[in-house]
Amino acid sequence: MQRHLISAADLTRDDAVLILDTAEEMARVADRPIKKLPTLRGRTVVNLFFEDSTRTRISFEAAEKRLSADVINFSAKGSSVSKGESLKDTAQTLEAMGVDAVVIRHGASGAPYRLATSGWIDAAVINAGDGTHQHPTQALLDAFTARRRLVGRDAGLGQDLSGRRITIVGDVLHSRVARSNVDLLHTLGAEVTLVAPPTLVPVGVETWPCDVSYDLDSTLAKSDAVMMLRVQRERMNAAFFPTEREYSRRYGLDGDRMARMPEHAIVMHPGPMVRGMEITAEVADSDRCTVVEQVANGVSIRMAVLYLLLGGNEPAVAHPSPTTTLASRRFAPTPAFRTTEEK
Amino acid sequence: MSKILIRGAKVLGGEPQDVLIDGAVIEAVGSGLSDEGAEVVEAGGKVLLPGLVDLHTHLREPGREDSETVLTGTRAAASGGYTAVFAMANTFPVADTAGVVEQVWRLGREHGYCDVQPIGAVTVGLEGKKLAELGAMHESAAGVTVFSDDGKCVDDAVIMRRALEYVKAFGGVVAQHAQEPRLTEGAQMNEGIVSAELGLGGWPAVAEESIIARDVLLAEHVGSRVHICHLSTAGSVEIVRWAKSRGIDVTAEVTPHHLLLTDELVRTYNPVYKVNPPLRTERDVLALREALADGTIDIVATDHAPHPHEDKDCEWAAAAMGMVGLETALSVVQETMVDTGLLDWAGVADRMSFKPAKIGQARDHGRPVSAGEPANLTLVDTAYRGSVDPAGFASRSRNTPYEGRELPGRVTHTWLRGKATLVDGKLT
Ligand SMILES: [Zn+2]
Repeated sequence: MQRHLISAADLTRDDAVLILDTAEEMARVADRPIKKLPTLRGRTVVNLFFEDSTRTRISFEAAEKRLSADVINFSAKGSSVSKGESLKDTAQTLEAMGVDAVVIRHGASGAPYRLATSGWIDAAVINAGDGTHQHPTQALLDAFTARRRLVGRDAGLGQDLSGRRITIVGDVLHSRVARSNVDLLHTLGAEVTLVAPPTLVPVGVETWPCDVSYDLDSTLAKSDAVMMLRVQRERMNAAFFPTEREYSRRYGLDGDRMARMPEHAIVMHPGPMVRGMEITAEVADSDRCTVVEQVANGVSIRMAVLYLLLGGNEPAVAHPSPTTTLASRRFAPTPAFRTTEEK
Repeated sequence: MSKILIRGAKVLGGEPQDVLIDGAVIEAVGSGLSDEGAEVVEAGGKVLLPGLVDLHTHLREPGREDSETVLTGTRAAASGGYTAVFAMANTFPVADTAGVVEQVWRLGREHGYCDVQPIGAVTVGLEGKKLAELGAMHESAAGVTVFSDDGKCVDDAVIMRRALEYVKAFGGVVAQHAQEPRLTEGAQMNEGIVSAELGLGGWPAVAEESIIARDVLLAEHVGSRVHICHLSTAGSVEIVRWAKSRGIDVTAEVTPHHLLLTDELVRTYNPVYKVNPPLRTERDVLALREALADGTIDIVATDHAPHPHEDKDCEWAAAAMGMVGLETALSVVQETMVDTGLLDWAGVADRMSFKPAKIGQARDHGRPVSAGEPANLTLVDTAYRGSVDPAGFASRSRNTPYEGRELPGRVTHTWLRGKATLVDGKLT
């Protein structure tokens, strides 16, 4: 049985659709006066954050609490993590406390994978972002958002994103969001195009299941969704691009560019936005921009993931489920997704 | 004087012969030699090689005795069939003075498992700014002839040029760790398809190749010889091949791990595969094997880099770079070069003993297996196959990438100047 969520690449199409469908059920819970489910009562989930990210931490925490889990927040930032030993030490401390799941955010690519496969801990591991590697729940919530907007809330159930054209723009090189989204959106049948200056595209990108373009304008008219990635201003100091102004001019999304997108097309952003850099205020605040929805959807997605990894055999919610196999379904094991000591 | 008769050994892989050792010297090589007064070692068709010579070992003493000492490192060397190792200068303190190199040299002598020839730092503190007292290290009891800032690249072109020129006065050689520092800031693994997926900082091949290209041209310009440490890319092979064809006095080494392993292994995020230069691609591995076979790459050197358990039992980015190699080198070379038909045992003797001794000027080592030569010898059971068990290592560290991997060949005996340091696979 599958116990971890480390990389979006580990999810099959059916796994991913199941998570999105489950998240729709979870979203209905959010619409009820009492937003809480008893599913994870008595289970302990630790949010282990070696890197600051209040947004992601709060989103997971809300999801865990809505599922009635006992939540422990462990912020390891600022402690002596540079030596690396503390990941193992912390893991063993949590193991001794008998936690059921660890949601880990770490600056080092591969840290969640190490945690899941090194025998340091027995709990389920959920990757909440590792270095420049993966952020699978972000990709899931992005896919969820795109499916709702482009296919429909009810019409989308059981559906993937076949044939949808999604353009991801910005600092692909340093982005775990881009990597996760390329993997997941491709698995869901979408056609993905990455747009960035060549300096911000990794060497080796040629094997990724997507197209790469250096020209934003040529991709706008054929995009059902344009996802803008955050670009840190400091990158220009390492000569990735000359100036902020030139970056915005070539790769920023402003009102003129948005107008050249198809009418139904949406603008997505994982946040936090750097207004004036990759996105203008006009675009960020428009109806077509889903950034606020993405935040709300993040909680539903994380509830779905926690439920499917930990939830046992009870149905997620009391009313009849549209996905009748949900209670018995588990993620299919794939090599990168397998643990050394499966139970 | 004690006599040892090694009976029925395939000398350099040839027909079985007897080899008689008298004291520190080989007295005779032939068939049907008398065993009178001699202790007999039945070789039974094992291969007898000249004692192996490693031009690139990190013994860690002084300063990091928690990972290795001269004693444990030379015991590991004897286990792996080595009779001489060149100890890299990146210790604490750095081996950049006559005092430090003499200390390391003397420790090797005292322990008696393997000759230790210290390598001197090129620059003070390996900082790449100011030449260390190369002449003083050469004139010391240690008699240093190889100089390297290994672990760091002598990246300043002027410092490199001066070092290449300066050591000509006493026939020294500079061994370059070729790594352009700006191109490898934050580098965690080979830059390519795998790094792009894993989100680990890339160590591009060009960072090695550009330094090698520069240094062979510098060596040509000033008429010096230069040695390239742990060459790891197909492109580096092409540059060295071109330089040799031009008559430039360049030699190069390859490590066993670069002959066998690729960056695909990094997908496990297991830091046991973290090494500098990093594991490259299949294409590079095949080019390196080809180059070692055709002589473009002169030697195999281990880059034996011991690290304590905790420095590898962590996430990838926090882990130390390097692998132990002395006790598995010959097996990996058999696997990748001999069993593939690229090299015969005479070729192995050339790449792992004769040539490294010549480059490092270790005069009693890398000699032919013939009468009158020093009895530095290694007996290898080439028919053996078994899986690597780090628990059995003599090294103080266990950071091997081969744990559990089945490899061919096992060193059963090693003699250093006629004294057995390894008998039936056990250290004396
Ligand atoms: Zn080196």
